[in-house]
Formats: sequence, structure tokens, C-alpha cells
Amino acid sequence: MARMKFLCDSERCIECNGCVTACKNEHEVPWGVNRRRVVTLDDGVPGERSISVACMHCTDAPCAAVCPVDCFYTTDDGIVLHDKDLCIGCGYCFYACPFGAPQYPQKEAFGVRGKMDKCTFCAGGPQGKDNSEEERKKYGRNRIAEGKLPLCAEMCSTKALLAGDGDMVADIYRERVLKRSGRPQTWGWETAYQEDV
Amino acid sequence: MMTDAKARTGGRARRIRAMLWTVVLIAAGSMLLPLAGYLYTAAVQAQEQSAGGDTANPRAEYWREVRDGTTGYTAVVGPETNVLIQSRGETWREIRNGPVITLGAIMVVGMIILLAVFQFTKGGAKLEHRTGRKVLRWPMLDRVLHWYTAILFIILAITGLSLLWGRFALIPLLGKEGFAAYASLAKPVHDYLALFFAVGLAVMLLKWFKHNIFEAHDRQWFKQAGGYLDGSHPPAGFANGGEKVYYWVLVAGGAAIVVSGFWMLFPNLGFERSAMQNANVIHGISSLVVITAVLAHIYLGTLGSEGALEGMVSGEVDEGWAKQHHNLWLEEVKKQGGAPASEGSASGRSAPASA
Repeated sequence: MARMKFLCDSERCIECNGCVTACKNEHEVPWGVNRRRVVTLDDGVPGERSISVACMHCTDAPCAAVCPVDCFYTTDDGIVLHDKDLCIGCGYCFYACPFGAPQYPQKEAFGVRGKMDKCTFCAGGPQGKDNSEEERKKYGRNRIAEGKLPLCAEMCSTKALLAGDGDMVADIYRERVLKRSGRPQTWGWETAYQEDV
Repeated sequence: MMTDAKARTGGRARRIRAMLWTVVLIAAGSMLLPLAGYLYTAAVQAQEQSAGGDTANPRAEYWREVRDGTTGYTAVVGPETNVLIQSRGETWREIRNGPVITLGAIMVVGMIILLAVFQFTKGGAKLEHRTGRKVLRWPMLDRVLHWYTAILFIILAITGLSLLWGRFALIPLLGKEGFAAYASLAKPVHDYLALFFAVGLAVMLLKWFKHNIFEAHDRQWFKQAGGYLDGSHPPAGFANGGEKVYYWVLVAGGAAIVVSGFWMLFPNLGFERSAMQNANVIHGISSLVVITAVLAHIYLGTLGSEGALEGMVSGEVDEGWAKQHHNLWLEEVKKQGGAPASEGSASGRSAPASA
């Protein structure tokens, strides 16, 4: 069984924000929410690195551990999803997540936040049939059900962002590191999967 | 001539030798000097290896620093979107899912067991002598304040504890869908009623401040442990030592609950995650402490002390109860000539005056 993972190759990311835009467009993400974002460290100085970050679909997901209504679940592919019908918008997942993945829409009065939103690895959610109108409205498109990988990685112009079966992602990355000589910098893997490439 | 020629050939040979040496030196130098770089890196590597494995990779340090919440630039607008990793959430998770949930349960359930044991072994304090004469203890405004705050507190406690323990206590009973339906109602109820509760608590604590300043005779009350164990009646004014402690627990705990709650209630004001994590832990601990104290208060106001509840219901307590539990207060009421509020009977009005 595949274990889906994200990996952003910081030697290749050029901070074009194509992944952010692709994600927003594909899933019609609510206003104010970005399921993916690019962070540039040491911006403008030698050693600058950009990294695209979203939900990493952690092995021992902190969001799932602190959810009062236990609305998070991990699919057979290792994708961490949440059930918006159960979510009460308390924001605990937002406190716990190291990557800032779950976010509140923050649209309503008096700080009422509505249901949390987060990256689904383009795998939709539990409601309705795959790619039904209900699922699309709540979670966005379900590309995984169509046999496709997440759009952010699929359309990454420099192939910095890799998504897919963890072993294959690791193999591709290891080959790159061998060719260009250097050391692997599997950003976020230790935090999310408790392992390195 | 010969010597001249010899000298000339000798000079030439020397020149050729010097030239050869120079060429060899230049060639050797040009071949070896670039290798010095390797020598240097080899030396550095050897040094790094002797210093310990991971330090050989400066990038590893870089990514380790990122885990400490290093900020960068991002085009995405929002609070803390420029933080790559915030590791504090993991600490918050450990504290909230660990001590707050488990020790909190031990504390609250422990108090219930303690009170039950006390009730079954010692039993609550009986009203020793009911005189039938009434003394006004709680005017209408105080009673309204008390029950307004009390009812809101109970609703807030139940809804709050549901979010803390519901996953373990209620999901097995109601199922995920059932519990989520209840929780999605409980959360806004908790959020909105909190504002009304905060007002009630603040007014109540301000109004009763004058009763709850510690006095010298309170020391005696604590020495006799309130008389709960030996059935004695230590001196007490309007509020006894224990009630004063309870008051100050409410002041400190209440303030902590209200302030930390505010932080969590308004994430749209742009509080950072660390502030909300702290607020959540403070809110949880202070609420559990106050809930534990309130359990003791409820017991002592009902089963634990016969005749106490009527004071908060009708506003008047029996003179016998006042004498038994708040002797100094009763003396004061009489001294001020404050005739105990009558229940309509003539004897009730005259008796304290003759005493």
C-alpha cells in the first residue's frame, strides 16, 4: 500500500507560487485560506531557500490527536483528512499543527470561524461519492479518486515539489542528490514522518 | 681561450640547470598547489568528523533552526504564515492531552469521591437547634446575582468539560455523529454565555468583597479545620475562613478563566498560536480548579450544611443556623439592632431583642 508524502526540494524551488495558485483554483478554496504557501528563508541573502509547505499528512498527526470531536482520519494511502460535518471549528488543530495547515475561514461575526479547512492531498473528503457536488463544495476536487496526484506537485515547473508514494518520492530525490552531489535536505520529513530519506 | 670557453660552457650549463629547476618547480607547483584545496577540505572534514557526525552538514543545522520557528518571507497574507514550522504545538499537545486531561479528571472525580466519603462517614452538619426565628442573610439582588452566575457556570462547565473529555467519555456513548451534533451546539453556547458569565462573576465578586477580607479569628477557624472533623464550631463572621478561601479562588481562577477565554474567543484579532496555546492551558487548569472548588461549595451549601440553602433561596436563615455557623455575624446583626427579618410572626421579631 502506498504511503503518500510531500517533499519540497529546496534546491529547486524558485518561489513562483504556482503551487499556491493551482491549489486555490483547483479546489476553489475559501477566501482568506491558502492550503499551500511558499516561505522563503534568508530572502535576498546568500543561502536563500524557498519551500512550499502545506499539510504534510503526518504519521502521528497532532491535529488528529487534539481534536475534541475526533473528526480526523487517515486514509489507507496515509492521507490525513477531516470530516467537515463533524468539525465544530474550535481551532485546536490550528494550535497543534507544526506546518500551519488547518485554518479557519474567519468570515463570520464575533470571531465565529466556521469549519476548519486544510489540504486534502487532492483526495476530497468523506461526504458524498467521489467527486460529487457535495464533496467538491466542501473539500475541493478529488484527483486521487481519478488516479491523479496532487495538482500543486503535478504542475510544479521545476519539479521541486514532489507528491506521491513516499518510497518513489524518496527514490527520485535520492537520485537527484547523488547526481548533483550534496546532502539530502528532506525538509519537514523528520517532523511529519519521523524519518529521513 | 680554453678557460674562457670552459667558463662559457659552464655558465651555459648552469643557466640550463637553473632553467630546468625553475620549470620543474613551476610544473610541480602548478600541479600541487590546486590540490591544497583538497588537503584543506580533508583537514576540515577530519576536524568535523572528530567533532561529531551531524555537524559535518551545515545544512542540517539550518533545518534544525527552522524547527525553532524561524520566519521568512511569504506572499500569503495571514498571521504567522511566514513561520515554516512552529514546534510549540507539539508541547501544547503533550500538556493538553496529558496532565490537563488526566490530572484534571483525577482532581474533579477525586473531589466527588471525597465528598461522597465525607457524606457517608461523617454526614453533613445538622442544624442543631432550629429556633424558627429568621435572619436576613442574602437580599434579593445578591440571590439573583448568585443564581444567575451559578446557572451560567454550570452550563459553561458542562459544555467546557464536554470538549475536554467528550472524546473519551461521550463519543463511546453517543457515537461520533451524535457527539459532534451536541458539540457543535455546545461550543457556540459556551462562547456566547461566557460573556454574560464574566459580567455576573465580576459584579458578584465586587459586591461580596467586603465579606471576604481575612481577619484574625479566621486563623482559629483553620486550626479547627472548620469543625468538619470534630463537629466543633469555630468563630466566623459573615463568611467563614473556608468561604473566604473559596472567594479568593474564584477571584484568581475566575480572572484567569475570563482573560484566557477572551484570547481563544477572538482569534480574528490576530493572536499568535503560542498565545492561544497558553490561553488554552491556563483556561483548562483554572477551570478545573474552580470546578473542583465549586463542587465542594455545592455540597457544603446543600447536603453538607443543613439550613444553608434556605438562605440563598428565601434570603433568610434560621437564627440557630447563624449562631452555629456564623456566630460573629449574628452578634453583629443584633448589635446593629438590625431586627432579624420577620417571617410574619411576632415572636420572631421580639426574641432577638430580648436575647
